[in-house]
Amino acid sequence: MRFSDPLKISYRNILAAKVRSFLTILGIIIGIASVIIIIAIGTSAQQLILNQIRGIGSNLIGVLPGASEEKGPPAGAFGVSITTLKYADLQAILKKQNVPNVVDGAAYVNGNKTAKFQDQSKSTAFTGTTASYINVESASVANGRFFTKEEEADLSRVAVLGSQVALDFFGTNIDPIGKRFKVGDQSLTVIGVLSSRGSTAFSNQDKSIFIPLFTAQKVVLGIDHINFLRLKVDDEKNIDRSVADIKATLRDQHQIRNSANDDFTVRDQRAGLDAITSITNAIKYFLTAIAAISLLVGGVGIMNTMLISVNERIREVGLRKAIGAKNSTVMFQFLIESAVITLIGGVVGIIFGALVSFLAAIIMQKLGYQWPFIVTLSSVILAVVISTMVGIFFGLYPARRAAKYNIVEALRYE
Amino acid sequence: MLISVKNLCKKYLNEGVTTEALSGVSFSIEKGEFVAIMGPSGSGKSTLMQIIGLLDRPSDGEYFFKGEDIRTLTDDELALIRNQNIGFVFQSFNLLPRTTVFENVELPLLYDERSDSRKNIEKRVGEVLEAVSLGHRVNNFSNQLSGGEQQRVAIARALVNDPAIILADEPTGNLDSKAGLQIMKILQRLNDEGRTIVMVTHETYTSEHAKRIIQMLDGKIVADGAVKKRRIAEGEERLLK
Repeated sequence: MRFSDPLKISYRNILAAKVRSFLTILGIIIGIASVIIIIAIGTSAQQLILNQIRGIGSNLIGVLPGASEEKGPPAGAFGVSITTLKYADLQAILKKQNVPNVVDGAAYVNGNKTAKFQDQSKSTAFTGTTASYINVESASVANGRFFTKEEEADLSRVAVLGSQVALDFFGTNIDPIGKRFKVGDQSLTVIGVLSSRGSTAFSNQDKSIFIPLFTAQKVVLGIDHINFLRLKVDDEKNIDRSVADIKATLRDQHQIRNSANDDFTVRDQRAGLDAITSITNAIKYFLTAIAAISLLVGGVGIMNTMLISVNERIREVGLRKAIGAKNSTVMFQFLIESAVITLIGGVVGIIFGALVSFLAAIIMQKLGYQWPFIVTLSSVILAVVISTMVGIFFGLYPARRAAKYNIVEALRYE
Repeated sequence: MLISVKNLCKKYLNEGVTTEALSGVSFSIEKGEFVAIMGPSGSGKSTLMQIIGLLDRPSDGEYFFKGEDIRTLTDDELALIRNQNIGFVFQSFNLLPRTTVFENVELPLLYDERSDSRKNIEKRVGEVLEAVSLGHRVNNFSNQLSGGEQQRVAIARALVNDPAIILADEPTGNLDSKAGLQIMKILQRLNDEGRTIVMVTHETYTSEHAKRIIQMLDGKIVADGAVKKRRIAEGEERLLK
């Protein structure tokens, strides 16, 4: 028997019971589409998160005050203000002889103060940072300029606004440049507005006010420590070496002889990326497993349909065996038929799933997210393989039943 | 010798009760014979036909088909013999629904492992359909044909693999007398051309178209002999008009 013959027979039988075939195929379509959609949306969401983190730059190293576990939360997260990190530490790290691969670095202090402009006032996050912020964070200025090293050193009363803050206080009609407004008790002059960047993994630049580090430390907050250091390394592959160099430099700065006594934490982004990837993968696989249950239900539908089909065609089975079809040939024919049903369901499910994922991507992009449309080849192959396997697995019992019919009884069946 | 059976027995066990459908049947059939197996309902003639046609196995006794002891053969080997040596014609035609005349007739060729080219299959199907005067119906669906035409398609299907024997089980049972006579005419012509035919019937009239009648009753052969006054369908057809 040629391979095309059972295919032809399957095609004819599927068409002969259109509604039943459609409903059976629908079960598989829903199952396969769910798998495709969940894998596609899961992968896209994962990429969105990872891209946000990478957007800051994968060649960055962060230094936090206080010791902490390698992957645990920073010590400062427990509400204790740790004052061990100083501006001098940044200067030491930036010296070529200490950490040769660090090309730039920025220091940060953070706080929340009421910002006022004319009759508006609002509690707003502010960041005291160095002039190097723009370079280290790969940020860009939409309007005006960022503050200079000189303004940083002079304790200048200037501010650069995040795009959302500018919009909140000045709207679209007023140019904020040159306007004076208050952060806490201090009156500051707006010199620039940053380009919109959206939410990144750790903060939202658009919702913050940026002022020179020393102005923030000494004038606004009255402190001399810093909350965070971010360092830019010349190349991603030099991260490990630079982390070691930075640790050595800080131990030297803080006169620490034993690494167990470190009063700082140095982190690169890779660890964070790995952790987020493994968490999002776990969620994705969990949801895929749930979607696979609907495939199982679809498979039971296939078995039911094939059993009905076998019952309806007992005489046909008898005739085919009488004129020379072997048991294995009869079984093969019914298996092909259930595999064809699931394969059709699989292909339509893939197309439907991809369409839904595409629509989801368009909607998410319209909502302002950098949401990529990703249907991976592996998920398509997985869907085709799973659907065919479901067809064969659930078609096996009805097919074996057909093959084992006694010819005489089958021919006599009414 | 084409078929040789000796002391053939067939018992059925149904809900604890054993029924003997055949008990000690012996006969042989030579190539080129036209044999009618005759008997009333329940005489065992259909059971005998099923065993001769290798659709069922005997409970006891010997059966040699073309000299081969069928007791030693596997199911797949029996399927191969059925495919290449036996053509079946059933009372209820047993054509596949939603399928064309061509597709019904080519069916045995599809299961024939002596693979043939598509072109040869088309040629062979055309030949056998011409032999039953249905060449013009090749693309019709089986359910578009009359009963007589459907049975002729079944005969074409039985002929397509050029079998050693044609087994016809009540071939005229579902047909009116005119269509039935046409079937007998075809069977007689095929026999005249040298083909061996074994036909099961409960009608004396139909059995008289054969050359030999095996008479059965209660699972046993009660008579076996040549037809004294054989009917020729060709002439009778004229009488019906």
